[in-house]
Amino acid sequence: MSFINYSSREINCKLVYYGPGLCGKTTNLHYIYAKTSPDAKGKMISLATETERTLFFDFLPLSLGEIRGFKTRFHLYTVPGQVFYDASRKLILKGVDGVIFVADSQIERMEANIESLDNLRLNLIDQGYDLNKLPYVVQYNKRDLPNAAPMEQLREVLNPTKAPEFEACATSGAGVFDTLKAVAKSVLTELRRGQ
Amino acid sequence: MSGPDVMYPEEQQAMSLVCARLTRDANAKAVLLIGRDGQPIAEAGDVDELDVTSLSSLTAGNVAATGGISKILREKDFFSQFHEGEKTHIHITLVGGRAILVVLFDERSSLGLVRLRVKKSSDEMVRLFDSVAKKAAAKSEPSILTEITDSDIDNLFND
Repeated sequence: MSFINYSSREINCKLVYYGPGLCGKTTNLHYIYAKTSPDAKGKMISLATETERTLFFDFLPLSLGEIRGFKTRFHLYTVPGQVFYDASRKLILKGVDGVIFVADSQIERMEANIESLDNLRLNLIDQGYDLNKLPYVVQYNKRDLPNAAPMEQLREVLNPTKAPEFEACATSGAGVFDTLKAVAKSVLTELRRGQ
Repeated sequence: MSGPDVMYPEEQQAMSLVCARLTRDANAKAVLLIGRDGQPIAEAGDVDELDVTSLSSLTAGNVAATGGISKILREKDFFSQFHEGEKTHIHITLVGGRAILVVLFDERSSLGLVRLRVKKSSDEMVRLFDSVAKKAAAKSEPSILTEITDSDIDNLFND
């Protein structure tokens, strides 16, 4: 849920990167962190296992600039992708303003993508949200890999509602900021519409 | 219940005063008031060295995880938590189900004193949050969001 502070003149929003294990959610945040100027970002927190798999969440606070004298701050979270961390994923979706579904383009990961997307829908319903009504974008990550599935196939299976979608390679940064901008813009537009 | 979705200067100031008084009365190092979704709302005491944004997010995550445990145990929310450190200790309390009051203290205070002072401050905070909720419901203050135009949003994302 967005938080508007008229005292400190800030608009705070929460974005969540969702997707199957090892799809590149944390890599998205690392790239954003690396390419953002120090005055626009806070400390990045990763609650990860010793093998660098996300255990609870990653967190990155980001300032995007000012609108009408109000600072816009986005809190970026990732969820742990591994199937058995479902309880944690539910918690992180609480108060979400926008969701990025990071799909792994590799053909072998199609089932994992479908399972994660179904899980996202169900967990949102649990928190009282409807994916079709929430600011939402799809990112097809790992497009650079030779075993990436054709875009038409990914689109048909993972984006039947035709949400805004982006091809990406999070390790090189291709598509990372396009994805972030699209969802952030959609969140602000939705906030205004909700008034 | 989620955190508050709006905060007005009058209540913000009053909450900051409550935090400052709690810091003094509990002999605490610092006091933070955080929305249940992890947004910092008010603070007092020695916060210059603290990363308040990170602390707020992690505390909210901690409270959410503890809330998950309480659900599994078919218990209501755990109202308070205490983490004992070597030098600094943290007392965390839920305020009216929608905010989190965090007290950082050391050997100059005690858990008993903190608990006692937190109770009084929590009651005041609940009243202030009720006031914010009433104002927001009455829409007595114009919302910044209604003034935002498409070009404002576009300008934010111009490279």
